[in-house]
Amino acid sequence: MPDKMIELAKAAALVPDGASVSFGGFTTQRHPMAFVYELIRLGRRNLYLFGHSPGGDWDILIGAGCVKRVELAYKADEAFNTAGPRWRRAVERGEIEWKDYSNFSMVSRFTAGAMGIPFIPIRSLLGSDLVNKQALTAEQRATDPRTSPKKLHVMDSPFNPADRVVLVPAIHTEFAILHVQKSTVNGTIRIEGQTFGDVQQALCADTVIVTAEEIVEEAHLRQEPERNPLPYFVVNHVCHVPYGAHPYAVFNYYDYDPRQLKTYHDSARNDEDFHHYLEEFVYGVKDFAGYLDTVGGATRLDSLKAAPTFGYRPDLKRRRLD
Amino acid sequence: MTTQNYTLTELMTVASAHEIKDGDVVFAGTGLPMLGVMLAQQTHAPNCIIIFEAGTVDSQLAHLPMSVGDPRNMRDAATAAGLNEVFSYMLQAGRVDVGFLSGAQVDRFGNINSTSIGFDPRHPQVRFSGSGGACDIACLAQRTIIIARHEKRRFPEKVDYITSPGWLNGGDSRQKSGLVRGGPTVVVTTKGVMRFRADTKTMYLASCHPGLTPQEVADDTGFPLDIDEATETPVPTLAELHILRQVVDPERVFLK
Repeated sequence: MPDKMIELAKAAALVPDGASVSFGGFTTQRHPMAFVYELIRLGRRNLYLFGHSPGGDWDILIGAGCVKRVELAYKADEAFNTAGPRWRRAVERGEIEWKDYSNFSMVSRFTAGAMGIPFIPIRSLLGSDLVNKQALTAEQRATDPRTSPKKLHVMDSPFNPADRVVLVPAIHTEFAILHVQKSTVNGTIRIEGQTFGDVQQALCADTVIVTAEEIVEEAHLRQEPERNPLPYFVVNHVCHVPYGAHPYAVFNYYDYDPRQLKTYHDSARNDEDFHHYLEEFVYGVKDFAGYLDTVGGATRLDSLKAAPTFGYRPDLKRRRLD
Repeated sequence: MTTQNYTLTELMTVASAHEIKDGDVVFAGTGLPMLGVMLAQQTHAPNCIIIFEAGTVDSQLAHLPMSVGDPRNMRDAATAAGLNEVFSYMLQAGRVDVGFLSGAQVDRFGNINSTSIGFDPRHPQVRFSGSGGACDIACLAQRTIIIARHEKRRFPEKVDYITSPGWLNGGDSRQKSGLVRGGPTVVVTTKGVMRFRADTKTMYLASCHPGLTPQEVADDTGFPLDIDEATETPVPTLAELHILRQVVDPERVFLK
């Protein structure tokens, strides 16, 4: 079996300007943040992102000017803030193109792509403005072949005309980037806790890049193959990146970092402070090790380590941090 | 005259928890619903089954989650997988009794907006988070509980964007849209508890929180609110307040 290990910076450099990408994780957990910071340092532009409920991975990429178009259901760090601050401003200023769906419809679209079928029927969305309204113009839909010419299609079942469904189009991306707990050098992976949409996202991408907290032996993961969600041959590259989702959580490894999230959300409220955030935590550091030092190094990271019986940090303060 | 020893947020949370029956399968959205469902599980509904869309089923919450994808939702859960598994096999298949949602705007038919303010969503005055799973939950749960802070601007005649369908235009319009089940049964706010007329599906005031008059609630609502049958919302018990403050949200994540 091939050794797929690659340095993080080299892996990020595989993603060109204008690429279509989906990132694993869900709002406050398991986003490949170290990879995202590399993309920003590389100055990537015009990315086309697909997701269900992204978090700060998308927000900081949008704020850094890396993103042209997105298809999504939700953009916020949930109870840590009410909407991604850079996303919100980009929409309000008309600086980004977007297409709104729901989480079920987006994960169904990834599933259709993963299954190799052109669309999939669901019973959701009927009566909502997700069906009735469009945020992309006809011209915007027509000029990029990766955008489905129709957002969705409402139809009555051919087997029972009284049964109405919504067909949603399959997603196919050039890249899927996942951050997981364990991987082997060959790309057999182990996701602990919620899997979110990671499996479907990987299976509808041309190239799958995995960043992992730990690199473990192939034989070890093959003792319980039912817990390995993807066959290793669909994974193209593997990077070893401990704390690679910071400031977001990784079940069984570390919790989210409420202080860093607050610093981000406070900074991202206006352009100048956001620019300073990028200078301090992204452009001003050489690599992810430099980032981890800047956010507080071992002292901060140890304070986030998961308690074994919980998989998170039960005494972690989320509010009133001063 | 008694001194009020609870906040309206606490009263709203307790009243929303009362809408959950023991044994209900509850699909909870982010924010205030997490508070309400955790309180229900810790009080009168220990056998309610909490599903979060990020992939967990039957979490036994020991700490209030900040997110439906929080590692806290893994605590003693029965199963954990991903979005596809819970949306397809639980929600779409009809196995969810209660959808529990909040939203930025709610109209007289219980349609919810969590997308944007302004008529044209391409050029919104304010952009919110978007649907997440809210639209799916509102479409596919057997019934929906809505929780929201009560302000006139949050309760307009029509929402600017129907993110999550309620009774649409009232009457049988929801059924005619092709939705196979569900619809909102109650809206619990910081001022009262609203329900929906069986025929027209318009919202009416079922109970008004102590210290407020039904007319005050109607005055803070952006559409005509029928208040003729309004009773008074029961006050929270000391036991409920204790559990809410000490067990559910000791950090005051949502409680002020």
